[in-house]
Amino acid sequence: MARYLILIYEDEAQYATATPEVLGEVTADHDRFAAGVEQHGAKLLGGEALEPTATATSVRGAEVTDGPFAETKEALGGYYLVEAPDLDTALAVARTVPARFGGVEVRPVMTFD
Amino acid sequence: MSAAADADAVAAAVADAHRREWAFVLAATVRVTRDIDTAEECVQEAFAAALTDWRRTGVPTRPGAWLTTAARRRALNALRHAGVERRHLPLLVEADVEAAAPDPRDDGAHGYPDDRLRLVVTCCHPALDRAAQVALTLRLVCGLTTAEVARAFLVSEPTMAARLTRAKKKIAVARIPYRVPPPAELPARVDAVLAVVHLLFTTGHAAPAGEELVRRDLVARAVQLCRLLRGLLPGDPAVAGLLALLLLTDARRETRTGADGRLLLLEEQDRSRWDRAAIAEGVALVREALRARPPSRYALQAAIAAVHAEAPAWADTDWAEVVALYGVLASVWPSPVVALNRAVAVGFASGPAAGLAALDELAAEPQLAGYGYLPAARADLLRRLGRYAEAREAYTEALLLTPNAVEREFLAGRLRALDAGPC
Repeated sequence: MARYLILIYEDEAQYATATPEVLGEVTADHDRFAAGVEQHGAKLLGGEALEPTATATSVRGAEVTDGPFAETKEALGGYYLVEAPDLDTALAVARTVPARFGGVEVRPVMTFD
Repeated sequence: MSAAADADAVAAAVADAHRREWAFVLAATVRVTRDIDTAEECVQEAFAAALTDWRRTGVPTRPGAWLTTAARRRALNALRHAGVERRHLPLLVEADVEAAAPDPRDDGAHGYPDDRLRLVVTCCHPALDRAAQVALTLRLVCGLTTAEVARAFLVSEPTMAARLTRAKKKIAVARIPYRVPPPAELPARVDAVLAVVHLLFTTGHAAPAGEELVRRDLVARAVQLCRLLRGLLPGDPAVAGLLALLLLTDARRETRTGADGRLLLLEEQDRSRWDRAAIAEGVALVREALRARPPSRYALQAAIAAVHAEAPAWADTDWAEVVALYGVLASVWPSPVVALNRAVAVGFASGPAAGLAALDELAAEPQLAGYGYLPAARADLLRRLGRYAEAREAYTEALLLTPNAVEREFLAGRLRALDAGPC
């Protein structure tokens, strides 16, 4: 078994202007996703949604700046941590992550032994 | 086993086994090591050992089985001695169930399970970029050295070595599984393999740069790989379609350039020198491939190649059939390049004015901007319509966009002919 971090990158502007109905759908989509992970032979270990990049503060050495580390149209907006036997399983799970305003990136978690 | 053999016969037998058995031996050895680099080393050592051992013992009746046994024995020794180091190696993921169940594709002639399909689908996994897929396939499935793979893609050996290392590291660290995907996923994965084979073939068939039009080595590797896939997936119509396309296209290889290296158009080629055996095999495969619904893009491209291959002379070409096939192809595989080829066929089926009208619809297509074949096709239609000044402009534009020396010479020749002509 290995752990993979699924990073969700989406266009924040779309959420800023989304109707309450759309936001309700997104929440329901995430609930459905979480309930379905084990069907793929994987396990959901954790996950969080992040506040928008307007609330981010970057720190590099002594320098503190307002804003995210890199300004991009699609920004990191949340993540899931899953346990899966191989990349194909992790990708099958990743395909079901709701990300209607962008997409996701799958990264293996480094192991030390 | 026969008696001692002379050095030349042994070298030839080892080279032959390398061509035929490399993928089988490596795939069977990876199953033992679960680490591609170690498996490659063991297989290389087994081939080196064959060069000396076979001189003493004679060439074994089943060289593939001998090499597999030798490589796997080395792998088991390597595992025994690796100890602590190996615990830090990320190992390939295999599904345990598969190891337990006998594989229906097992090849009794070798006495080992045939793992070549899992090797090739792993090399062409969609999580690897296309350049890495092609490089890995040439290295691991065809057994080319890193230097040979680098030469095939006109990059330096260190660049190619880095590309191969990065791809192998991703397979291990991200845990791309070493297995044949379940039936529901297999067609998409086979498509990726076919795209790699097709890219290899087209790169060889019309070299993107350089002095020669055709790179024989790449074409031969592509056909060999496609035959391997055909053997592994005999019922797959897309595989049959691609093999047909490669055979029918390559059947014209001897006639595509003149004695002076000049590019010869289909119209000018000596059809008596086309490879009839390849055409017969290709046509039979097209018939089989076209039975799938919908037919694959390769089957349709092969069907178009078959129309040309079966026409006794250029004037006998069934252009209406070619136009119709391009129409079906555009529906299963929409692409501006297909639309361009269809327009050229319309130019022969219904005359250059109709062809030009079809071509003009594509002028604004962003994907064709910078594509040299568009102004070249336009130039030819304008020339046939007697609009020489415009034809000259279009040939000049095509020349600016064409890097291959043989194709450039063809376009320059057309320009010279226009300058000397009636206008």
